[in-house]
Amino acid sequence: MASKDRTVLAYRRENGRVGVRNHVIILPVDDISNSCAEMVAGSIKGTLALPHAYGRLQFGEDLELFFRTMIGTGSNPNVAAVVVIGIEPGWTQRIVDGIAKTGKPVAGFSIEGKGDIRTASEASYKAKEFVQWASELQRTECKLSELYISVKCGESDTTTGLSSCPTVGNVIDKHCASGGMASFGETSELTGAEHIVKSKAANKEVEAKFTAMFDDYTKLVFDQKTSDLSESQPTKGNIAGGLTTIEEKALGNVEKLGKKTKFIDALKPAEAPARGPGLYFMDTSSAAAEAVTLWAASGAVIHLFPTGQGNVIGNPIEPVIKLSGNPKTCATMAEHIDLDVSAILRGEQTLDQAGDALLDLIVRTANGRLTAAEALGHREFVMTKLYRSA
Amino acid sequence: MIQYLVHDKQDTVGVAVVDVKAGQTLEGRDLSTNGKLSAKSLMDIPLGHKIALRDFQVGDTIIKYGCDIGKVVKPIKAGEHVHIHNLKTKRWA
Repeated sequence: MASKDRTVLAYRRENGRVGVRNHVIILPVDDISNSCAEMVAGSIKGTLALPHAYGRLQFGEDLELFFRTMIGTGSNPNVAAVVVIGIEPGWTQRIVDGIAKTGKPVAGFSIEGKGDIRTASEASYKAKEFVQWASELQRTECKLSELYISVKCGESDTTTGLSSCPTVGNVIDKHCASGGMASFGETSELTGAEHIVKSKAANKEVEAKFTAMFDDYTKLVFDQKTSDLSESQPTKGNIAGGLTTIEEKALGNVEKLGKKTKFIDALKPAEAPARGPGLYFMDTSSAAAEAVTLWAASGAVIHLFPTGQGNVIGNPIEPVIKLSGNPKTCATMAEHIDLDVSAILRGEQTLDQAGDALLDLIVRTANGRLTAAEALGHREFVMTKLYRSA
Repeated sequence: MIQYLVHDKQDTVGVAVVDVKAGQTLEGRDLSTNGKLSAKSLMDIPLGHKIALRDFQVGDTIIKYGCDIGKVVKPIKAGEHVHIHNLKTKRWA
């Protein structure tokens, strides 16, 4: 069946967006509200706390990114309803108001003047109401092309460039050709392949926007580095897998972009796509948990994650589908791999066949099948911080 | 059985897709043309690691995916293992 005609059973939210999970999250505004949020999640079954390390004394662009990440996480279509808990009411309410624009149920609670226990008590009544309401929501038939998909690889090696990354590229071509939305990023890991990325920009404006973000990230690396980064990029795992230089790693990485698809905008970290269906670049770190957290905050509902040496990452709200073409990793870390594409290396599977197998798995995952990372309890929620707090 | 793959016909290295032993005659495949290739290994090369498809002098550029992946820092003979001991990035230096 052509990709554009395929359907999934998913949750259509109040704003029309389609999600594949039905989480009720307890979102702490700041590091010191984690304990109270976890108290609520511990009391009310079926809710999920998202503890994190930041949210105090941030300022400027870093603070804007913080709010974009918080509000975006709550607004993600994989989330049915949100309880927000912060130390004080101001920033708590700003996040509540941002999430409320989606039309989904959201309520905020603040700790000052009450303490953790009374706040957790009040928030628990609301969380119980939300989770019982959410448990009655039904999956309905939606188009596969309505899913916003993000892509990023990790613990890559030479097999990712040969098999799992171009398999994802094949899916990107099919998904975007059928009216789907997708996003790639990993700004610093494009070093050595930036000419290929620029050639895939839809027009000069998009190319210039990408180039400014790439040059800015490169400058940051140059300003902070104490060596040629040969112990950080490629990573030790990359090197063990046979990757020697950042250029070689980047050229494998960009296989994920597909052969035909052009990208139509360059997004800031955690920024929601706003130019309709198509492929978007997002300015992200190349660290897996940070990057996937940014995509989840931009609204992505399924992440495709090629790995060579075996990365184990997951995300609390966005299912992460892992695929590998490294036969050793597929054997030794089988519990983490959702799709084995090692037959490509043996010449027994074409990229088109592997792409179709991955599309089938996306449909099954969207319909409710747990990914390996979900079954293993991987819930890495890691905010990107741009610089030190005040 | 395929023992190494090459991304592009301009490439000067291949990727071992099985663990290769020194002295083997290897069957390869060029993914851009689907053409058959052949090479001889001078060293053990682990799965995923690169094999030189020609001789290189210090300062030469190595091509993979049809693109520049770095500079040679120690002489390399065809059939030898190419990795961090003889190939370095040209970036971030």
